[in-house]
Amino acid sequence: MRRILFASTSILLLASLQTYAEASISFNRDVLPILANHCFACHGPDADQREADLRLDLEVAAKADRDGSFAIKPGDITQSMLIERINEADPDLKMPPLHFQKPLTEKQKRTLETWVREGATWESHWAFNDLTNPVVPEVPADHIQNDIDKFLIHQLRISGVQLEMNGLADKVTLIRRLSFDLRGLPPTIEEVTSFVSEGQAYEELVDSFLSSSSYGERMAQYWLDLVRYADSGGYHSDVTVHISPYRDYVIKSFNDNLPFNQFTIEQLAGDLLPEPTEWQIIATGYNRLNKTTEEGGAQPGEYIVKYAADRIRTTSGAWLGITLGCAECHDHKYDPFTAGDFYSFGAFFADIQEVGQYTGGRREPEIRVPTLPQRAELARLESEIQQATLDNETEQLAELTKAKAALEKQFVRTMITRSVAPKEIRVLPRGDWLNQSGPVVEPAFPTSLTTTPTEKQGRLSRLDLANWIVADSNPLTSRVFVNRVWKLLFGRGISPRLDDFGAQGEAPTHPELLDFLSYRFVESGWDVKALIKYIVSSHAYQQSSLVSETAAATDPENTLFARQLRWRLDAEFIRDTALKTSGLLDPTIGGPSVFPYQPTGYWQYLNFPTRKWNADDGDDQYRRGLYTHWQRTFVHPSMLAFDAPTREECVAQRSVSNTPSAALALLNDPTYVEAARALGQRVIKEGGSTDVERINWLFMTVLSRYPTAEELPTVADLFESCRTQFTMDVKSAIELQKVGQFQLEAGINISEASAWSMVGRALLNVNEAIFRN
Amino acid sequence: MSNHDWTDSVNRRAFLGRTSGGLGMAALTGLLQAEDVVQADPAGLAPGISTTPHLPVKAKRVIFLCMAGGPSHLESFDYKPKLKEMHGKPMPTSFTANQPIAQLQGQKLVCQAPLIPFQRYGESGQRITEIFPHIGSVADDICIINSLHTDQINHDPAHTVMNTGTSISGRPSMGSWITYGLGSASSNLPGFVVLTSKGGRNPQPIATRQWHSGFLPGRFQGIQFNSSGDPVHYVRNPLGVSNSQQKHVIEVINGLNGLRDNLTDNPEIRTRIQQYELAFRMQQSVPELMDISQETQETLDLYGVSGADGSYAYNCLLARRLAESGVRFIHLYHRGWDHHNDLVRYMGICSGLCDQPTAALIKDLKQRDMLKDTLVIFGGEFGRTPMAQTNKGPVGRDHHMRAFSMFMAGGGIRGGVTYGATDELGYNAVENVVHINDLHATMLHQLGLDHERLTFQYQGRDFRLTDVAGEVIKPILA
Repeated sequence: MRRILFASTSILLLASLQTYAEASISFNRDVLPILANHCFACHGPDADQREADLRLDLEVAAKADRDGSFAIKPGDITQSMLIERINEADPDLKMPPLHFQKPLTEKQKRTLETWVREGATWESHWAFNDLTNPVVPEVPADHIQNDIDKFLIHQLRISGVQLEMNGLADKVTLIRRLSFDLRGLPPTIEEVTSFVSEGQAYEELVDSFLSSSSYGERMAQYWLDLVRYADSGGYHSDVTVHISPYRDYVIKSFNDNLPFNQFTIEQLAGDLLPEPTEWQIIATGYNRLNKTTEEGGAQPGEYIVKYAADRIRTTSGAWLGITLGCAECHDHKYDPFTAGDFYSFGAFFADIQEVGQYTGGRREPEIRVPTLPQRAELARLESEIQQATLDNETEQLAELTKAKAALEKQFVRTMITRSVAPKEIRVLPRGDWLNQSGPVVEPAFPTSLTTTPTEKQGRLSRLDLANWIVADSNPLTSRVFVNRVWKLLFGRGISPRLDDFGAQGEAPTHPELLDFLSYRFVESGWDVKALIKYIVSSHAYQQSSLVSETAAATDPENTLFARQLRWRLDAEFIRDTALKTSGLLDPTIGGPSVFPYQPTGYWQYLNFPTRKWNADDGDDQYRRGLYTHWQRTFVHPSMLAFDAPTREECVAQRSVSNTPSAALALLNDPTYVEAARALGQRVIKEGGSTDVERINWLFMTVLSRYPTAEELPTVADLFESCRTQFTMDVKSAIELQKVGQFQLEAGINISEASAWSMVGRALLNVNEAIFRN
Repeated sequence: MSNHDWTDSVNRRAFLGRTSGGLGMAALTGLLQAEDVVQADPAGLAPGISTTPHLPVKAKRVIFLCMAGGPSHLESFDYKPKLKEMHGKPMPTSFTANQPIAQLQGQKLVCQAPLIPFQRYGESGQRITEIFPHIGSVADDICIINSLHTDQINHDPAHTVMNTGTSISGRPSMGSWITYGLGSASSNLPGFVVLTSKGGRNPQPIATRQWHSGFLPGRFQGIQFNSSGDPVHYVRNPLGVSNSQQKHVIEVINGLNGLRDNLTDNPEIRTRIQQYELAFRMQQSVPELMDISQETQETLDLYGVSGADGSYAYNCLLARRLAESGVRFIHLYHRGWDHHNDLVRYMGICSGLCDQPTAALIKDLKQRDMLKDTLVIFGGEFGRTPMAQTNKGPVGRDHHMRAFSMFMAGGGIRGGVTYGATDELGYNAVENVVHINDLHATMLHQLGLDHERLTFQYQGRDFRLTDVAGEVIKPILA
């Protein structure tokens, strides 16, 4: 009896150990990254570089009987050459070879040993697996707003870390967070008051932000990075190209909550839809966003190849999160993509009408269309024309018709896709466009991502590609997009590497949650607003971002999402914040790009032709950052200082730096000085009558809170001292008031306004003003 | 601590804003580990700076004199008498068949004799064009490489290869890689500075891509110094704001940030406070650096500088001043070297602007005992065809990617030698062939960096300046 009991305890113990072991070594999380980074270059997908005819990227090959020896023999580390060779003392035999310069750490070796000893369980690559609809785990009821929290809390509990979810953030932090995340703008005093002091429900706030048109601008800003939207060709003379209606389309699509699958199809193949609308044609501008050249002596054939590769990198990166571009010259080193896959993917775009070398700023085919603001104006005119016709007001009718014709003359050009007879596409050995010895390829989906052969007869089209990308059965597209939306709202992806879902990427920290959300997203009909609303409704999203000592010690990178992250705002939103709080922001949505102040001489390196940046007058000077003219070779220096990308390539994740250049831009760029001037006038007019009231108002406007007892005297001292100086030296105040086009209203004391401007400058520069917490 | 300059490291940490003990030590232990830009940088916790060089340090800084447009190797450093013999005859198709070609597409390909005579210079007797007499006067200090080749035949992509090692955009430039590897040695100037010069016809457009940090953290981006307008963008106080007021504003910003940090414990705030201090120091130091009024007349005459006029000569003098101040990588452009037509005339103009100051920089560095640890590199993004180009007026030469010349001086490079050679018509580099990746590997090697170990992980791959190639040119090392 006793014996039996003992035995059964052992079994129980063994079982629990095994469970633990399963949780401790995961092929995708722990083993694959080692194999991919240290072994695949010579024992992976690239046939040309393969050594010893050994593949470790395929289970069957890795475990095969090689004339009685095995690279990997499950459960037997002594018979597994892989284990022997990584522990080899002889430098000539040691793997990875010394010259490869990627030695394994002891920990990595132990991981591989444990894995082989425990049976070398293989898993197919997580990102390429079918989407599942995981069961929502059962967890205690604390901190639960929706199922997201259950997944996160479940993971927290099994992680073994003594960490609880943070409590809710305070309401000021919360409204600022939500406002920046959903609109790219800070909340107004009225919005803060309504939510913080007047009991406005959180859900109502979410709905109001999602339905504001700033939401579309905010989402567009991110999308434009992915598709590398810019206003110039990018190569050499970097001439202006015309594509702003495409940006209008993106903003409008997010605001209209166009389903993401439809949004995808329209951009890749809107022209191939039956009876496409004008918007669907504008959307195909996507296919024309690649860099283009006008350089004399450019060989058209070479550039056609460059454009094709550019499009493959971007399309595979923006939608599928894969680095297909790595297979241009050779088979992919880490992922199952061949050079043939690369060129077959490119063949989908072979029907796009284009030339290798353009001239005179033209990028045919282009069409003329109204901008978003012109559409509103056009609709107004048309309805008035209708009314005038009904009322038989001939004089008015003539005037209106004339106005309409004048408006139509101002429509803008935009590049579009026109389908023509497809060019012949060959596999180019080593990517060499002069080498025509490779086989001709037809459009085809990457073989490793296609489990079922296509039923379609004949040549596949861009529309087929688009449909394949957003097929419910394509596991990548929804995972990639959901992961990126999560990143926008948490500062870190569920899979932290947003631009690589291949073997060299990082497995998701919460694979079930990623699948749960992706599955839900597809089920919802690819409803982006619903996805965002669901995520921001979770407790996890609304948590405080403060880092407890335990959290700092146990989870410094926040892999468990037991707190919110905090980060510096994107370049555009820093500009938007200054304009919004100063009251200068022009709320116009869409239209051609604009020209904010830019340092003289910044364009001195441009040529053919030489160009001058003429800063806009009037309201166009105060448009949101995403409308800034995007010169690929010379992105606006304030944008660059805050890490805006050049939009030459697809960027899923901007780097975030903290540099003196950024400090100088925020301190001295006329845009920010002018905003501080406008703020100086606003505080005098709206901020009450005493200095303290005014300081309070400035804090509320810029930071959505009142100053602390320690902050107040610091700021008051700055004001007092500047007021004294500007009163004694009015000339300097007059000078300061010349920065930018904003004019102080008559009757405002210039010295006082200038002193408040200096306080405004300080507040616009504090970390808190440019941070999302 | 071998090969490791402690003061450099202290200054570097000050510049990068990582002076607090814990963070600094964390960084010190990181030896060029792949840095996750996204995770590490926002918090200012990024390692990725080599504090212990991989290799013996021969050069502490680089001055790259880029003659943008593609100077003719056949009229500068690569003397080809055979071309004279072949002058006017068709270029043999054994050279040109199925080769990339730029503006000569569809034109007759005819050999063009050297348009400018060569002379022998110095004790080493190096053969150099007679329109470079000043460079000739430092012939014994320079190593001419006549066997370079590149991958791209048009300016924009060829510059991208020259600066980033590949023609695909979005990759970090060499100056960014070097500051990523070594940091700045200055506490009040950036580590990577770019200058461009006035003068010459049809200046080449040069994109910010050429000094962009690509996927490396933004602090490694090159900073443009301008000879007109603000010397650095936004480095001047706003109109009407005095230095003391600017200082006061920055003190308040930093004070408020400090108070906030007490509440929220945010390392990013601490970094920002340091960056504002550095920004203020730059506001003082940059104008001082641009002010050459303290230079002796002798020095001004050596360079041929007549004032702060944005000329190549003025910029060469600035380059020396930047080098003295601890800047790691100085990229100086002259953009007039695209000589499709009337080559003799326009190349003469360019040599008139660039020859003397280039030589002066080498002499000046030498007399200050800085040439030994300053690597000077001179050349363009590609060479020019042995074939004449005559479809745009008086004779010139077209772009050529299969062969071109550069020279290197100082920083542990042998002087007075010519390395590598082209075939007898100057079309292909054939002997001791040097690719841009090899040039980069050599440059990094002299700086104490192993080009195979200076990596950064992006999109799942460990990227290098030299991509998957590059070999150090050992024979030219002193």
